[in-house]
Amino acid sequence: MTSVPATAAIAISRATPRRRISPTLVVGLIGMTILLLLAIFAPMLWGRAALEGSAALREGPSAAHWFGTDSQGRDVLLRTLVATRLTLLMGIAATVISVVLGGLVGGLLIVSGYRLRWVGGRFIDLWLALPPILVALIMTAIFGPNAVTVLVAIGIAFSPQFARLTNNLAASIGTRDFVTTAHLLGVPPVRVFFRHIVPNIASPVLVLTSVTLATSIVTMSGLSFIGLGVQQPAIDWGQLLASGLRDIYQNPSAALAPAIFIVLTGLIAALVGDGLVHLGEPRATRIGAGHQAPGAGASSDQRAAELRAEREGVEDARDRVLDVRGLRVGLAHGSTPLVRGISFFVDEGEIVGLVGESGSGKSVTAMTAARLLPPELEWSADRLTVAGHEFEPGGEVPAAFALDLGVVFQDPSSCFNPARKLGAQLTEAIRVHRKVGKLEAERLAIEKLREARVTLPELRMRQYPHELSGGMRQRAMIAMALMTMPRMLIADEPTTALDVTVQADVLRLIQQIGTEHGMSVLLISHDIDLVAAMCDRVYVMYRGEIIEHLTVQQLRDREVSHPYTVKLLEASASTALAGAVYRGSTAATSIEETFA
Amino acid sequence: MTIAVVPERATDAFTDGSSAARRESARLWIGYLLGRLAGLVGVVLVLVIITFLLVKLVPGDPARTIVGLSATPEQVEIVRDRLGLNDPFFVQAWHYVSGLFTGDLGRSFVTQQHIIEMIGQRLPLTASVALGGLLVVLVIGFPIGIGIAMLEHRKRSRAVSGSYNTVVGILGAMPEYITGTVLVIVFALTLQWFPVQGGQGLHGLVLPALAVGLAPAAALSRIVRNETRTILSKEYIATARSKRISSARLLLGHVLPNVATSALTMGGILLVALLGGTVIVENVFNLPGLGTQIVQSILASDYPAIQGIILTLGVLAALVNLAIDVVLGLLDPRILMKGAAA
Repeated sequence: MTSVPATAAIAISRATPRRRISPTLVVGLIGMTILLLLAIFAPMLWGRAALEGSAALREGPSAAHWFGTDSQGRDVLLRTLVATRLTLLMGIAATVISVVLGGLVGGLLIVSGYRLRWVGGRFIDLWLALPPILVALIMTAIFGPNAVTVLVAIGIAFSPQFARLTNNLAASIGTRDFVTTAHLLGVPPVRVFFRHIVPNIASPVLVLTSVTLATSIVTMSGLSFIGLGVQQPAIDWGQLLASGLRDIYQNPSAALAPAIFIVLTGLIAALVGDGLVHLGEPRATRIGAGHQAPGAGASSDQRAAELRAEREGVEDARDRVLDVRGLRVGLAHGSTPLVRGISFFVDEGEIVGLVGESGSGKSVTAMTAARLLPPELEWSADRLTVAGHEFEPGGEVPAAFALDLGVVFQDPSSCFNPARKLGAQLTEAIRVHRKVGKLEAERLAIEKLREARVTLPELRMRQYPHELSGGMRQRAMIAMALMTMPRMLIADEPTTALDVTVQADVLRLIQQIGTEHGMSVLLISHDIDLVAAMCDRVYVMYRGEIIEHLTVQQLRDREVSHPYTVKLLEASASTALAGAVYRGSTAATSIEETFA
Repeated sequence: MTIAVVPERATDAFTDGSSAARRESARLWIGYLLGRLAGLVGVVLVLVIITFLLVKLVPGDPARTIVGLSATPEQVEIVRDRLGLNDPFFVQAWHYVSGLFTGDLGRSFVTQQHIIEMIGQRLPLTASVALGGLLVVLVIGFPIGIGIAMLEHRKRSRAVSGSYNTVVGILGAMPEYITGTVLVIVFALTLQWFPVQGGQGLHGLVLPALAVGLAPAAALSRIVRNETRTILSKEYIATARSKRISSARLLLGHVLPNVATSALTMGGILLVALLGGTVIVENVFNLPGLGTQIVQSILASDYPAIQGIILTLGVLAALVNLAIDVVLGLLDPRILMKGAAA
């Protein structure tokens, strides 16, 4: 709607997206390298020593044998190190089978027709429903228990995950705009696949690969452990663990050495996977950079705002339902404040608007007044009085505050708890704080729903939030805020998420309720025209400061001084006509009400 | 198809909205259950086909594999007859399927015991280890996940998050057979609180259940923690907080119902894995369940026993999946619509 937020957004996204390699990934890769080196060199160095028996049978740990010896007097640690090669080889082979087989199936499904794709999808479902261990049991039953059977079985058992992943990813990316654009530009399909699709699915596939490598090593070691995998005289970790467990009374540490290696390998693969996830999401770092965007060029505005704030501070404060002075809000450990010392007030029965672009700090201000700031944000103020309650930073919020302040949030689709019926949510506050009985509370809730013009109020009480349309939900939200008949209502962009036709209705409802019950309303919005239509006074916020304080008459007459407000008004000039029509409709009786 | 619109229109059309809503929900439930049951039947069908073909797919002569290389041709012929390998293919298939319905799965070549009897003896133990593991997962994983999330939400502390991540990372990377081994070394050998070989009664089931359940419990606690974090930042929690209710009420009334749904969705996979873990852990503690039996049967090429046990384990896994789906539908009715749309 306004041009200003758009440029701000571009400025943030231009902040250099740096792909930083996390320490997690570094540690994981180092571990992986050590394992690979062990797999290559351990059998060359200690292969013979690991086979040589001695007279020291089943001995405990000593300086010569760190993890003791086995039933034939062989060094447990050396055998474990030598076993790295077979264990890793099997893991890698099984993973390769999973990736290739799953990728092939997934890829085939992408290029095949609708019906075949549906059948394939169900087939993958079935495949996933079979536990991997069952697949391995079936395979070993048919082809006999040995290393190759086990690794093929595990490869097959883990492949449907890759089939599902490639299928889902390619399907979702295939319909994205940039792929469609490439098709329209006549880029050949093969090129589209390698240039546009592969880079976008590579990262999740890599993550799944590292997870699969770990799981397959662990699962195959388990199969060797129960005697269905690697057979003597070949050794892998699982088999060493089994023989260690057999000698556990004489030398418990014989079981520990292979156990430690299996767990370490799992951890290393997990670290690599985690590291890759973060590497694959440059967005994560970009958002972080956006937070630290400096508020350059704000210093002179800030001074002006402070001067204005001082002047306002002197004014009388008798009838103020909301009185805020010198409010500052910022991240607990951050340097950049989100709200830079603002002052404003709302009198008894007044409807006051707080306007600004997204990121101007208006919502943070509203949430501070409602005492609903997330814990990572901290606030301070010379004065914060809301609906008769005086607050200090860090102070407790009395339960009675819930009865004196109603809050209406931006998005009605997310501000109701999806798992609970509306009735329970509407009545909760008065049942908890006023100890009102269930029936009485429900009767009151139905009354409020009716007042907020929710259709079929009795039915709504028994419905879940998702069963209502967006407009109905926002009306129900308003009804919930009215349950306690609060002195003050804070509405944080109550219409942003709604249809344009519903927006006017909801705003009119808020205005009407405010007037009828003498309730003060603080209305947060980014739409200066909407605010002008229904408020008594308007504050304009920009970059955490109040830069303009206007009566609605001043606003309508365009008597504004700050260039930003001028811009805001210019930006909404295209919608001015609509605004005029809208104002007309609030002045006269609206068409809808005539018919109602 | 938008979810929000359909019920509203459907109910607006009736003067008595509640009976229409009830009819609507019954219709959704029937569609949902039919879909899930079709999935169950599909899995069972696949299992029956695989187990039937299992003997046919064995390279060489399965009868020779059973009796060994030193056996006489007459002995091999007797075994072939018992396996029904001399009958035509479709007769064999008919015998197999009708046997499944009458509970006749043949007899073991090793113990000569009826397979159905053997499963009857060994299934209870496997089921109790798996259920014990489930108990461990729920009792340990759920509260810890929520507790950590609430703790982190109140005050971000590197020490808490760091030590939690370390413990969960290590536990999660420990497969059940290693957890079992470590538990044996610590609690059975060193402290001698529990028997090494599992043994009889509930006492003997503690270590196996812990071995099976600890890693999934760690995984579940992480899922629950992340989910709780997400939910705590949702707008409806701000709505609930605007009512200034106690934090216990916030947790029980607003956070928990939502965590339960999403955690169960993802925890379902863990449950099936629990069954696989039980098969392996039985071997650590040498428990006489289905897991130890199938290993012995595979090593002895005892095909009727293998068929019977794989069918049992597979059907069990499918039933667990079905149970999870039903519980999910009860917890979150929105799933019913997704199921019907799919």
